[in-house]
Amino acid sequence: MRIELVRRPQHSALFSALSPFIALGLTLVAGAIMFSVLGKNPVEALYYYFIDPLTGIWDPSNRWQLHELAIKAAPLILIAVGLSVCYLSNNWNIGAEGQFIAGAIVGSFIPVVFPGFHSWIVLPLMLILGMAGGAAYAAIPAFFKVRFNTNEILTSLMLVYVAQLFNDWLVRGIWRNPEGMSFPGTIRFSEWAILPQIWPDSGRAHWGFVFALVAAVVVWFMLSKTLKGFEVKVLGQSPRAGRFAGFSSGKVVFFAFLLSGALAGLAGISEVAGPIEHLNEKISIGYGFTAIIVAFLGRLNPLGIVAAGIILALTYLGGESAQIAIGVSDKAVRAFQGMLLFFVLACDTLIHYRIRFVGAPAMKAESGKAGTA
Amino acid sequence: MIEQILITIATAATPLLIAAIGELVVERSGVLNLGVEGMMIMGAVTGFGVALTTGSPWLGVFAAILVGALFSLLFGFLTLTLVTNQVATGLALTLLGLGLSGMIGEAFVGQPGVKLAAIYIPGLTDIPFVGRLLFGQDPLFYVSILLTVGVAWFLFRTRAGLTLRSVGDNHGSAHALGINVIGIRYLAVMFGGACAGLAGAFLSLVYTTQWIENMSAGRGWIALALVVFASWRPLRVLAGAYLFGAVSIGQLHAQALGIGIPSQLLSALPYLATILVLVLISRNRRLTMINTPASLGRPFVPDR
Amino acid sequence: MKTRFLTLAAAAAALAFGTIAAEAKVKACFIYVGPIGDFGWSYQHHQGALEAQKALGGEEQVELAYLESVPEGADAERALERFARSGCNIIFTTSFGYMDATNAVAKKFPDVKFEHATGFKRESPNVSTYNSKFHEGRYVQGIIAAKMSKAGVAGYIASFPIPEVVMGINSFLLGAQSVNPDFKVKVVWANTWFDPGKEADAAKALIDQGVDIITQHTDSTAPMQVASERGIKAFGQASDMIKFGPETQLTSIVDDWGPYYTKRIKAVADGNWEQIDVWGGMKDGHVVMAPYTNMPDDVKAAAEAAQAKITSGELNPFTGPINKQDGTEWLKAGEVAQDGVLLGLNFYVAGVDDKLPQ
Repeated sequence: MRIELVRRPQHSALFSALSPFIALGLTLVAGAIMFSVLGKNPVEALYYYFIDPLTGIWDPSNRWQLHELAIKAAPLILIAVGLSVCYLSNNWNIGAEGQFIAGAIVGSFIPVVFPGFHSWIVLPLMLILGMAGGAAYAAIPAFFKVRFNTNEILTSLMLVYVAQLFNDWLVRGIWRNPEGMSFPGTIRFSEWAILPQIWPDSGRAHWGFVFALVAAVVVWFMLSKTLKGFEVKVLGQSPRAGRFAGFSSGKVVFFAFLLSGALAGLAGISEVAGPIEHLNEKISIGYGFTAIIVAFLGRLNPLGIVAAGIILALTYLGGESAQIAIGVSDKAVRAFQGMLLFFVLACDTLIHYRIRFVGAPAMKAESGKAGTA
Repeated sequence: MIEQILITIATAATPLLIAAIGELVVERSGVLNLGVEGMMIMGAVTGFGVALTTGSPWLGVFAAILVGALFSLLFGFLTLTLVTNQVATGLALTLLGLGLSGMIGEAFVGQPGVKLAAIYIPGLTDIPFVGRLLFGQDPLFYVSILLTVGVAWFLFRTRAGLTLRSVGDNHGSAHALGINVIGIRYLAVMFGGACAGLAGAFLSLVYTTQWIENMSAGRGWIALALVVFASWRPLRVLAGAYLFGAVSIGQLHAQALGIGIPSQLLSALPYLATILVLVLISRNRRLTMINTPASLGRPFVPDR
Repeated sequence: MKTRFLTLAAAAAALAFGTIAAEAKVKACFIYVGPIGDFGWSYQHHQGALEAQKALGGEEQVELAYLESVPEGADAERALERFARSGCNIIFTTSFGYMDATNAVAKKFPDVKFEHATGFKRESPNVSTYNSKFHEGRYVQGIIAAKMSKAGVAGYIASFPIPEVVMGINSFLLGAQSVNPDFKVKVVWANTWFDPGKEADAAKALIDQGVDIITQHTDSTAPMQVASERGIKAFGQASDMIKFGPETQLTSIVDDWGPYYTKRIKAVADGNWEQIDVWGGMKDGHVVMAPYTNMPDDVKAAAEAAQAKITSGELNPFTGPINKQDGTEWLKAGEVAQDGVLLGLNFYVAGVDDKLPQ
């Protein structure tokens, strides 16, 4: 038996809405099997994984978990929104992690070098510098790509390692807190340099989450309603057609990289000025890579990315909850996360294709055209 | 001493080379599998476990190859049959591999493994200066060289290789010519998985005979970068892997000499060197364009 | 479905308040920076946790919960808050980077006891800090190295330039110089706590540059295995690595957290837990040396003698006269370094063949 896909004439609105639920259903079944094999009560495991972190919706004493969800989701959404512009325009920026670090470093300049500068303007300046830092770092692969035709996958990825090492050098060297017992890390930022919390009464979520939502809406608008968005998408799908339309592919390369770099940089400085409150060598924990999954999970649509970012953040929180409550190991949590992603990706296929099961291998005689989506 | 250093470089380069050659074939067929790290770590844990329980490192190697190929089949089914997004699926494969390998390997932590011994040919291995380098390394080193030459020959000297490249360059025309695009891509993906598995086995059976969670430590990513670095040419992958290995080992030597340059800068050298060299060679635009598989990463569904 | 939900909610509630019902039972929680399968730092902490549970009467008496691979940024505070809310009575945070999160969460949960490893902040009365004087073991290793080495130079694979590691390098060298004043140590910074491949490469580079003893302050057993292949001797790290080098390992500094964890969890059970700041050494059982192997009897005797002197308090590795690397005086003859200085140490003593990364 073979599985064959038949392209739908139009993408199915029904399955657009339904596919996440089918994926969830499949994940629940597969997860139940996996947890049973591991000797855990599957219902309990899945409860802690998916429901417990959300209990804050109706239970005020658990509201802190919603804040934590926002904290975890914010950098993922911010970075993924920027990456969606890159990927739609066919620019394979996989170095968002490095741009995140660059934003954190440049954004930290004022509170570290001028700790006595106390003014309301400090925080806006930090955010702007953070974005500038991320954008500048992203400009390197963009420049190499436009000027020397250098493949951006390699340059952006290699620059991640360089950024990590530079940050390490910085916080152990000239930016090290003199009162920190020689441990790496800068001084603690003054209160003027710390992102305020949104609702401090119930948890510690900060304005980074708001930035993420605003960025998603703005980029969504840009992509779907403006000429720039059209340019991005046309050049992504067919550079030739784009050139005929008079669009400059070099400019769009820079536009995409600078935008995604700026958003990754904003995520970086928001993380440092938000929950961490100082710059250290441990800030890079892979948000830039996880955000790639988020971008595709959200189907490269900024609004979809908001949902995808929250779902992925949920799996981190739920994973912890399950580890503590019933002793599921961290590895099982990660394997389960991978499985969930597989199901979500696979079910999205139903939006564009019908699945046919074919009994015997059929000969394909027609000279079909390639379906490049 | 020079000979020892060269052998050290070869050991550092070999897993990168093996994994990158596999990924090169995958990408030449038009598929981008970012799950190399995940397949590699699955190979590492399988190779270690099988070698430990059976006592035979060779069984471990074969098991790792098999598991790498099977694991990549998961990626193949999703991206080729269900046409899911290749980038996201590859990343998910890495997540799954890191998690699964940790679960499988729990019992192996803290156990000294079984080493795949270096070969010894009486007479030849004992030749001063070059004997150990040429005739006294571990068997997988020779496999990696043969693999590179074999893939280069296959891609550019055989009909099957031409077919594979045509699938990667334009899957539409290939399909029109009656080539089974999906079938060929399945084979390529499995070859890539097998190589990643083998590279993993090298890590846990030759490089360091032990199992530790996450022991691949990002080498799958470097392998991916090397394919791009080499502009999809096998012999350049070889050069890239050895350049990367040489700079990595060189910086450790520089440190041991106590030359007083910050270790972070030295550690960054392999990455900076890779960027620099790629910028220099990619200035020849035409040459790069010829080698880049045009259908890379694009999904294919035969119309009916 | 609805009834099942209610039972679950009830189960969750029971879990949260269960500690009140069964008063004797203590819930001890651990947060690890790496996977417990790292066979190094986190592995040893987890072994200590299991040992404490066993010593205190098993699962009936002590409930264990742990989170592994928790990043030291925004995630740590969430993980700790979750622990505190899930009914943990005592929480061990086993990496330096958890310092701020530990103190922040401790303020919110005054009834929960917090124990932070290797840190120095105790901002509320329910936070203790604990650490071990691993450098005492390194001093003994230095003595052995100087007696065993023919080249007079040892290779040191270091992770990151933090005081603990710098202290270890200095102590090792001081021990070696007490035997051979001209002894040298070559340092390679791997910039990682565990990457077996890179650690192996570092060991090979050092051996190729002529060292004939390898010691490491990274977690994996790779350097031991390389030393074994090249036929030289080496020291283990964190755990007894004799299985990885039966003819190679001279000794190993074993991180034994079990006794401390047992003591502290018991204190919570008995209701007499108090804030402390412990920097335990050989005397307190924190630093344990694996058996002295693969060395002649006279070397073994010298090592044992030094260990005995350190244990009794007669010998402190950081006793003057000691000069800094640049030749200036650090400690006068007979002067002993203060703990506060050591815990923030950021310079080498004379004789280290390396420039400290700053």
